[in-house]
Amino acid sequence: MRIQADREACIGAGNCVLAAEDVFDQDDDAVVLVLQEEPSADQVGEVRNAVAQCPSGALKLVDD
Amino acid sequence: MQRDRFAPVPETQAARDEPGLIAIRTGFGTPARLVTRYADVREVLGDAERFTNTGLPRLPMPEDGIDPRAGNLLATDPPEHTRLRRLLTGEFTVKRIRRLEPRIVEIVDDHLDAMAAAGPPADLVSAFALPVPSLVICELLGVPYDDRAEFQGRAARQVDLSLPLEERGRVAAESRTYMGELVDRARTAPGDDMLGMLVREHGDDLARSELIGIASLLLIAGHETTANMLGLGTLALLRAPEQLALVRDEPGAVAPAIEELLRFLSVVHSGIPRTVRHDTTVGDVPVAAGEVLVLSLPAANRDPAVVEHPDDLDVTRAIAPHVAFGHGVHHCLGAPLARAEMAVAFPALFRRFPTLAPGIPFEEIEFRSATIVHGLRALPVTW
Repeated sequence: MRIQADREACIGAGNCVLAAEDVFDQDDDAVVLVLQEEPSADQVGEVRNAVAQCPSGALKLVDD
Repeated sequence: MQRDRFAPVPETQAARDEPGLIAIRTGFGTPARLVTRYADVREVLGDAERFTNTGLPRLPMPEDGIDPRAGNLLATDPPEHTRLRRLLTGEFTVKRIRRLEPRIVEIVDDHLDAMAAAGPPADLVSAFALPVPSLVICELLGVPYDDRAEFQGRAARQVDLSLPLEERGRVAAESRTYMGELVDRARTAPGDDMLGMLVREHGDDLARSELIGIASLLLIAGHETTANMLGLGTLALLRAPEQLALVRDEPGAVAPAIEELLRFLSVVHSGIPRTVRHDTTVGDVPVAAGEVLVLSLPAANRDPAVVEHPDDLDVTRAIAPHVAFGHGVHHCLGAPLARAEMAVAFPALFRRFPTLAPGIPFEEIEFRSATIVHGLRALPVTW
């Protein structure tokens, strides 16, 4: 599974960083940075939470 | 806007289980429909193209040549909203807020020291819940804390829906005049704070009225939200001693507990009503262009379709999704700050005063009524 992040849509709320700190970060303008595009099996739960809590719909988890 | 203590009133809860969207009136007395289901609230908040923030009547305000909407992110849609928000988001990244934490700890400890020195009883709202976030936002923004008597009073009146519209308009204008002076000072000598940053880095792109609007919004939002979460949250936890003990003793329990308190308390009743831009549907309910939709955040956060036993506070539950900070492009900008303040304040309060207890019976505790943000008028405590 792979994470897709739309940096144009991102509004910098930071919910993803709080949900999955090893996977997401923010640049200086708070826009999402994906640290790990393919989350490991034990990160998938957190990543799903991050996707669900993203207020702008900027995050997607897609099957390869 | 109405509550039965922590919960939405039964009529609002019932509306969630009925088909359609019930008819209500807004704070301006104009007709609107109430959105109560979690999925529906997310749908409306998540789509700024179909549902605009710009359709609302204005408060009657004295004409002072400053556009009252300028810089007010809550009264704008993309792309205007995107432009303004992007100027600020860098100040509220998770990393930037973590850097503030040592200062938040000091501020919390100072207020706890003062409470301890004065001895019981105390009003937790005026001694702790309000001044902590107030001082934090003042330092962050660059507002002199010595002026607090003035602007705390104004912030409280600006969210008080029981006041006549004229008075709320007059207070908003006073608040703008005050912020105008601070903006002018920052333009002459920009400091290290957020006003200084905005002037230094974006001074050419922002009109004076926009700077005033942005700063006024941040000041009021920084006051009236976390302060009420701290007051109500303390009361809710005092009524659930086992959950309070977890928050006090288990560092790992704090973050999920805060999300649960945000969900359970939902201090912002409804945020800015949305206006339907063109005929569409919410869920499967048709809504017509021009209709105003009021979103009940507490009702959505207690939607049994999303969370089990929604009317119970349970800080041990797997984090339930919630819309306490809103959803969509207007999601609370200060959410990381609010979470950090609560994560410091709750455990520190309960550790400092392990015997903290309400000073009066629960039935006598006065909840606010008819305000934009829910809260307690006062919380008498002893220890």
